[in-house]
Amino acid sequence: MLTKEEETYLLKKLGRNPNLLEIDMIDAEWSEHCSYKSSRKYVRSLPSRGKRVIVGPGYDAGVLDIGDDDVITVHIESHNHPSAVEPYGGAATGVGGVIRDIISMGTRPIALLDALRFSSLDKQNKTSKSKWLFKNVVKGIADYGNCIGIPTVGGDIEFDNSFKDYCLVDVAAIGLGKKDQIISNHAEEGDLIVLAGNPTGKDGIRGASFASKLLDNEEDRSAVQIPDPFLEKLLIEATIEATNSNCINATKDLGGGGLSCCLSELSHLVEKGFEIELSAVHTKVADISPNEIMISESQERMIYIINKERLSRFTDIFTKYGVTYSIIGKVSGHDNLKILYDGKPIANISCNLMVKAPLSKRKARKPDYLNRLKRNIEFANVENYNYILLRLLANPNIGNKDWVYQQFDHEVGLRTVIKPGADASVIRVNDNKFVSIKLDGNSKHCYLDPYQGMLGCLSEACRNVVCTGAQPIGIMDHLQFGSPENPQIYWTFIKSIDAIVDFCKYMKIPVVGGKVSFYNETMNSPIKPSPVIGTIGLIKNRSHITKNIPVIGNTLFILGLTSEELGGSEYFELIDRQMYGSVPKVDLKTDKKNRSAVLDLIEKGSIDFVHDCSKGGIGTALAELAISGNLGIKIDLKKIPNNCSRHDYLLFSESHSRFIIGTSQPDRLKRILSRRKCIFSEIGKTDPTKILNLHYSGKEIINLSYHDLIRNYNAMNVTMDGS
Amino acid sequence: MKTGIIVFPGSNCDRDVHHVLNDVVEINAEYVWHMEKSIEDYDALILPGGFSYGDRLRAGVIAAQSPIMEAIKKKANEGLPILGICNGFQILVEAGLLPGALVKNVKLRFSCKWLEMEVLNVNTPFTNLFRLNDQINIPIAHGEGRYILSDDKLHDLNENNQIVFKYKDQNPNGSTEMIAAICNKEGNVMGLMPHPERASEPILLPNQTTSNAGLIFLSLKNFLSSYIKN
Repeated sequence: MLTKEEETYLLKKLGRNPNLLEIDMIDAEWSEHCSYKSSRKYVRSLPSRGKRVIVGPGYDAGVLDIGDDDVITVHIESHNHPSAVEPYGGAATGVGGVIRDIISMGTRPIALLDALRFSSLDKQNKTSKSKWLFKNVVKGIADYGNCIGIPTVGGDIEFDNSFKDYCLVDVAAIGLGKKDQIISNHAEEGDLIVLAGNPTGKDGIRGASFASKLLDNEEDRSAVQIPDPFLEKLLIEATIEATNSNCINATKDLGGGGLSCCLSELSHLVEKGFEIELSAVHTKVADISPNEIMISESQERMIYIINKERLSRFTDIFTKYGVTYSIIGKVSGHDNLKILYDGKPIANISCNLMVKAPLSKRKARKPDYLNRLKRNIEFANVENYNYILLRLLANPNIGNKDWVYQQFDHEVGLRTVIKPGADASVIRVNDNKFVSIKLDGNSKHCYLDPYQGMLGCLSEACRNVVCTGAQPIGIMDHLQFGSPENPQIYWTFIKSIDAIVDFCKYMKIPVVGGKVSFYNETMNSPIKPSPVIGTIGLIKNRSHITKNIPVIGNTLFILGLTSEELGGSEYFELIDRQMYGSVPKVDLKTDKKNRSAVLDLIEKGSIDFVHDCSKGGIGTALAELAISGNLGIKIDLKKIPNNCSRHDYLLFSESHSRFIIGTSQPDRLKRILSRRKCIFSEIGKTDPTKILNLHYSGKEIINLSYHDLIRNYNAMNVTMDGS
Repeated sequence: MKTGIIVFPGSNCDRDVHHVLNDVVEINAEYVWHMEKSIEDYDALILPGGFSYGDRLRAGVIAAQSPIMEAIKKKANEGLPILGICNGFQILVEAGLLPGALVKNVKLRFSCKWLEMEVLNVNTPFTNLFRLNDQINIPIAHGEGRYILSDDKLHDLNENNQIVFKYKDQNPNGSTEMIAAICNKEGNVMGLMPHPERASEPILLPNQTTSNAGLIFLSLKNFLSSYIKN
């Protein structure tokens, strides 16, 4: 619904009363989802230039130059509201939408990643829908991604009770193509406008507006679209073949706001007007009104602008794949979007007016809860560290997520070199060029300190990519918050933007794509601020690919300082101290220095493995290594550079910029790290015992067998399958 | 020597098989669209994995009615080597070129993981370079891979040595007797659920493992070269 101010603005600009169809069109395009009216002012400030950036944010997908005329396209989107009411269809159509953004740039999708957020899977809570949401979101993604033959190679999964009766489903996609194949999106007067794919139906009516308000009614399922991955697969192949046959001048996916938003945005992009005959649109049902055709969000549809002379080639290709299409209009001289039905004009609006929704003025104020946080409190001494470590490993935020990743075909395409579950996933471009990618978020940190929490997500995503041997070359941000109309929530959004600007400027890594999703609230409460960061890295040499798998005889080092930073940590969550302490702070200089040092070590061939140290701290990072290497690890905790007052803080602090490194050339490693003036130390060795032994100069702190570790690490299988 | 890769709407491992045959194993291979009626040019055929027709109704059942299937049946009877991988296996079963049926995995969900299988028959065009009881490290990726058949048909399979590969150590989908691959009586038509094309290049293997799965394609190459020479 338009606000009073927006109505006044519209009347003034239009100079007349809009009709009902025009109001529907404006309502969709001016929704928060499509117009970014609360965020545009801030999103604009993100640094998006760089020598590799061919196309920055703002288009369907960002385009990065990775050398030798190869380009990758990246995009991230969410489908939170739909997934919360209809998890299977909502998640599946989320995958479909982001894939079409990749093909609309002229590139072939080669990988998918998801960042998923749910409330706790704890079985004591019988009324919780969390398991139902989790199971069906995973199945929705699997059924869609597997069918279209694009591997889901990784992502990030987090459980937190602020997502009660809700979920976040973010999907990122990577495409690969050649520089000269990128669709330049241009149009000439007289070009034909073709709508292809699914017939337009009554599903997903007002989806964009639905996603731009609070979730208050579970009966809104008709606003959720119906997935058809088979048709998507045909649409992908037909579009790529038509692109390669130079048939397409411009193209755009139909997403939120359907035909209405797609046409106005495309018209604005090519700087030409369109004349559209709605009765030509192929529809699912006969009794669909012109208004419904304009705003339906039926999935698996794309608009193409075709030169008349290329039309027969284009239609041959689409007929071969059995994809239905209709020629719905032509490019015109004026700059208006003119809609006709049976020859009669039924709407006529300037696309400039449509795509430029008036900015909403939002107030920002520091949230009250931040003033109530306690910094210093007393903790009881820990008696059994083994028990705590096992509980942390069994925590689904930390433990093995094979239950999820095995439902995804992560191998199809023959590109997945480092598979899901590692620090980051590595995708083969060719045998000497690889792309590494990771999504990361931490809503607990972002809740307690939106600025430092956001820096932390950026640091962690970059760190993970570096662990595989890749240089970060681009960042995607997906900013997810509650209602922007709440000044306390809006404040957290602004702090997050500040952090991205500061980090990316300092690191000289451009933001190449992103999305803002507001109104993530149920009747219970808003979600915690939950930005997700995707980092894309480039590996230019096969020998640089590094895995987080230790071997027996490795000397172990830790790089980076462990500080008493347990605010928002999984440990504090476990012992019910959620609202205490300082979250980990990122020192940009150290962060950069440590990452460069690790890349240098990798490129010099002086390490065997490297592993990121984050959620659950050193304790869980070492346990993960003992599990992945199927071996024993013996560490003297006293040797870890730290300023922690207690053993549990040292073990479970989530300080950033830390790496655990294994090498068979300890002296060389020491020389390199000393020369770079890094804080680091040698902390122990791997051995064949299959026991994780952590002591403090001889005094045993943790002693656990591989069997105990793996049993707890695999707890999600039991939670989900009951066996 | 030329191999045809049959592409149905929804096939999605066609490009992977194309890459491995042409670039890794070095067998000349090209795509054949399912609307073709003539396939005279090929010395072998591969039906790749994927979701032909979106697995609607039942995996493989619609593709089994494609125009090209009549020609494929004829070639099968003439003894041409025909390999169905994953969805290709499902299509061969639905077309009646192989016995039994492939139904939903016991756990009712898709499963993508690496496992071991064992060689039981080395007398096919796809297994002649293996030794009996060799173990193969290979990934599966399917939701409907549970191979079932009646007791008397199972008896026939065993009798005629038609079980080519069996899963080892774990049954990933509930298949009868852990069956991963079977062939027809003559041995020229084989269907298997795991994906050998995904285990044919060392860089794609999981940590610290090796695989001889590429021998499936090399066996075909070996078979075709001796066959063509004679």
